[in-house]
Amino acid sequence: MENSKKISIIVFAGVIVLFFVSWISKTSGFQSTGLPFGASVRDGFLITLAAFLTLAIISFLYKDNPYYKFAEHLFVGVSAAYWMCVGFWSTFVGNFIPKVSSTLSGFFEVPYKGFDIFYFVPLILGIMLLMRLSSKVGWVSRWSLAFIVGTTAGLNLIRYMRSDFISQVSNTFVPLLVEWQGTGHFFSNFNLSISGQFVMMLGNWVIFIGVFCGIIYFFFSKEHTGFFGAASKLGIWILMVTFGASFGYTVMGRVSLLVGRLTFLFRDWLGLIN
Amino acid sequence: MKRKVPVIITFLVGSVLILSVFFPPIETWGEDFSIFFDIIAVFAFFLGGGNLLRIHSRKVYKQDKDWGFSAVTVLGFLIMLAAGLLKIWNPDGISGDVAATGSLFQMMYNWIFNPLGATMYALLAFFVASASYRAFRAKNVDATILLVASFIILLGRTPLGMYATGWIPESWNILQIPNLAIWIMTSPNLAGQRAIMIGIALGVVSMSLRLILGVERTYLGVDNE
Amino acid sequence: MSNSNIGLVISLLIIGAGLVWLLIRSLQGKEVERRIIFLFIGLSVSVPLLFNITFSEKATPIVRAVFDKIENLPEGSRILLSFDYGPTMAPEVEPMSDVMIRHVLAKGHKLYLMGLWATGQSLGSAAVERIIKNDFPNMVDGVDYVNIGYKAGNQGVLNVIVTDFRKLYSTDVNGRDLDSLPIFNDIKSLKDMDLLISVGGGFPGVKEWVQFAGDPGNVPTAGGCAAVSAPLLYPYYPSQLLGLLGGIKGAAEYESEFKKRYKQFGDMPEPGVKMMGPQTLAHLVIMAFIVIGNLSFFFAGKGRRK
Repeated sequence: MENSKKISIIVFAGVIVLFFVSWISKTSGFQSTGLPFGASVRDGFLITLAAFLTLAIISFLYKDNPYYKFAEHLFVGVSAAYWMCVGFWSTFVGNFIPKVSSTLSGFFEVPYKGFDIFYFVPLILGIMLLMRLSSKVGWVSRWSLAFIVGTTAGLNLIRYMRSDFISQVSNTFVPLLVEWQGTGHFFSNFNLSISGQFVMMLGNWVIFIGVFCGIIYFFFSKEHTGFFGAASKLGIWILMVTFGASFGYTVMGRVSLLVGRLTFLFRDWLGLIN
Repeated sequence: MKRKVPVIITFLVGSVLILSVFFPPIETWGEDFSIFFDIIAVFAFFLGGGNLLRIHSRKVYKQDKDWGFSAVTVLGFLIMLAAGLLKIWNPDGISGDVAATGSLFQMMYNWIFNPLGATMYALLAFFVASASYRAFRAKNVDATILLVASFIILLGRTPLGMYATGWIPESWNILQIPNLAIWIMTSPNLAGQRAIMIGIALGVVSMSLRLILGVERTYLGVDNE
Repeated sequence: MSNSNIGLVISLLIIGAGLVWLLIRSLQGKEVERRIIFLFIGLSVSVPLLFNITFSEKATPIVRAVFDKIENLPEGSRILLSFDYGPTMAPEVEPMSDVMIRHVLAKGHKLYLMGLWATGQSLGSAAVERIIKNDFPNMVDGVDYVNIGYKAGNQGVLNVIVTDFRKLYSTDVNGRDLDSLPIFNDIKSLKDMDLLISVGGGFPGVKEWVQFAGDPGNVPTAGGCAAVSAPLLYPYYPSQLLGLLGGIKGAAEYESEFKKRYKQFGDMPEPGVKMMGPQTLAHLVIMAFIVIGNLSFFFAGKGRRK
């Protein structure tokens, strides 16, 4: 226990020393580019802070530690306040104030749009939502939640029906014979070029059959036997290709984020790359 | 009162938004409800922030385990909030963009929020690699198909795919890995995603109807809260 | 031999040696610590970055569709670009928004910036400083481009502005009345736009733009998204979504295409293309992990089971 405490203190001292070394070196780096002293100190501090917060998060890969916890808790606090502030200025001051008070509109320097009494509805519902913080009158927030749920359900019903159901079914009915000029033409011009007739037809057949078999797989009101079972099996193979493609893209996405952070560390902080 | 009024509100609001698509005279009602929704959404942000402050302040006050980290959360929250609400160091004052260059808010966003958020997600690359080594096994036909498809996509989405199969003649170019990857995305992947999308759409439509008609009431919680 | 080629050889040697060691250890049935795996991935990304390994890129049809749309619209067309992402997705998605902003303004179109994410407002402002003020100093805010910023409400915002912008947006991010800005003359709603582009990957994102703006408003819609979201959007292509930039590869392809057509931007930074080097090696390593993991399961596992 004594040893681990000593190691912790040494590590902490090392982190502080490294922080100041980085700060001083970045400051002198910025100064050498012509930036004034005050701005150099500020920018040197900020870039060092960002680098150390990045390393604190990365340290989690070794094991959970106080530096990671510090960075994580800081992120939680800062991000909650960020969303509050942007929401307040953009929507509350931008949309609500101009419709209820010319005095407040003048104070916040936003154009007054004329009084509309109906805008007190979201104000009252919003205050009711905040009642959720109280255990005694928390039930009042249900009215606001009901408004939110009703709006979301009303919006989603039509849009999902149109874009994700009707359009998707319609787009599945693709021509199964593409640029058809007879079997003779098809076999005499047969090739495996991606823009060729065969591959385009194959793609359309896969889409047409794949969508139906995929939907059949998700139909659980009938036992998956016989022809229905075979179609369901084909459906699951199509879905496996889908999930494999998703996995490939997921790997690409996650690696890109890592490359982005390492680029910051190597280029902006350490200056090892241009 | 506690459960009847919310159900009526959900029914009225949902119905107006659906009918506003079909009856242009009430289209403005639908737009107004959407604006009200946007304003209430801001209060939801306040609720989240307020709840965060309440929980962590309580931990600091009672000096529970790891209360020091809760103090960090509270401090970070309050400083960012002050920077944003008071537009500290904002070159254009109260009327300027809250995230204007040079403001304390933008500085904290660029040098604290941005690096922390980006690095948290960057860690996922390591865990994906670990999962690839430990978990992905071609134990059956289905898993093998998944792995083969992922291999083609992983290779096809990099220049290596072209270097490996670029020698294949144009009349057979579907077998070039980048082209095969494109075909997989635009045919079988599209088919599978479309099947999933249609299923989800039907689920959303039925759930929306259940909510609007008051059949589904789980969002109201339980009465002893 | 160029620096990039030397780096490629060194990367392949280091990583190849490590993978051989991993293979031998796995076939012997010995446990490999997860921190070793983490180290591999770290090296496979760091070494190519340090040696600046890059490859040439060619636009695929789904990316070219977006490029050609912007290219073929008559000069002065109205293009709206929405920043629907946060810092978590910025490394993948920001190269897309940067190059598309350059393309739109280089072609002489009018650019409207907004965001459905709160972080979109900061990103839009930063893009104006970084791209527009540097590369297009003659462009006038309010005449050639405008940033109207963020409004809370996710898809609720789209539901309003698809019929009337001014019901939700009365000013731009700098507090100027929209009616006082020449760029907003004759603009009532999203239906007056010639192209909608959403750059993002989470919720709300490209999907919501298709559902709540593109389809109901009958406005051409394109997207750029994080790789994780790209497969989910293919069902909308090409009838509801005219094109899509999927992940950093999509960004790299667009950058290459843009540089080919617009030689005056030969010096522009290509973050997408630069990231493909580390991306390629990381993909190789992960594929090797899958193969080694399966070999150890089937061969070393059999030995253990005996």
